[in-house]
Amino acid sequence: MPDDVVVGEIITCPDCGSDFEIFSIHKKEIEIKPAETVGEDWGE
Amino acid sequence: MICLGIIYDRLRWEEKELSKSADARGLDVNRVDAKTISLDSDWSSTDTQDKFGNIVLQRCISYFRGLHTTAFLESKGLKVINSMDVALTCGNKLLTTLKLEKANVPTPRTLFSFTAEGAIESLQTIGYPAVLKPVTGSWGRMVVKLNDKETAQAMIEMRSKIEGPLNQIFYIQEMVDRPPRDIRTIVAGDKIVASIYRHASPGEWRTNVSIGGKGDICKVTSELEDVVLRAADTVGGGLLGVDAMESENGILIHEINNTVEFKGAASVCGVDIANEIISYILAQNRR
Repeated sequence: MPDDVVVGEIITCPDCGSDFEIFSIHKKEIEIKPAETVGEDWGE
Repeated sequence: MICLGIIYDRLRWEEKELSKSADARGLDVNRVDAKTISLDSDWSSTDTQDKFGNIVLQRCISYFRGLHTTAFLESKGLKVINSMDVALTCGNKLLTTLKLEKANVPTPRTLFSFTAEGAIESLQTIGYPAVLKPVTGSWGRMVVKLNDKETAQAMIEMRSKIEGPLNQIFYIQEMVDRPPRDIRTIVAGDKIVASIYRHASPGEWRTNVSIGGKGDICKVTSELEDVVLRAADTVGGGLLGVDAMESENGILIHEINNTVEFKGAASVCGVDIANEIISYILAQNRR
């Protein structure tokens, strides 16, 4: 986990390649949840 | 102290850099996850400002999520960058093309159809090769080069079977004869912040960085500056990523992005793009 990780950031599992979103950070404890999958309307 | 709200649904490198720059400039930063909000039509303007900030930067990846949250915030009197009108246009390639055409900003010829049969008819008109694009989305996703009728019929049939009304809009563009690169220019108001070439990776015709395109510094010519700034102004201005191609007839604008990513451009140009964006936001807040 990067040192400067923040809530809302996406991390990718190096083993399975799945994306997870940082859900909460309390001291050294980090909660993650599965990230949303790419939507049809996603873009920049 | 000014509070800058940054609305996001996926926190990218860009949103972190924008937060750092805003913080360094003395702004109070309020990052709001659009996936978790519940907006209330009864809120007053003050209630809304308390929850979001004095000025809001819209950074949602989801076009519709961003558009609708911006609509709400604007209805409560908040200044949102970019505005709903700009987002509505830029998030939809068909609407962007129509605005560019109307303002005589050079753009590739494009045909629009709403059934598979209509799409085949469009292709007969425009000829091969041609490019089929979805009207929403980025990163080259579902952008297909159609080399011949056989390929086109297969791709159109596949697209027509995908659920969702947007997939039944067939945006078919001429294949522009260009070098294997395009130009991404980041604009803040009437200022060009950075401009890069995006070179397609070997074996790929699409130039998107997300699929392997490589960035390289682009010198801004007077023609590029003129066309890019006119394009930005045509869609309503703001913080934009204007994509251009070098055709044999000059610069053509093919896309304008309203929640522009700039990690690649920042690394190539050495420009502190996040800081430039914050400067633009502060200038807007003073208006």
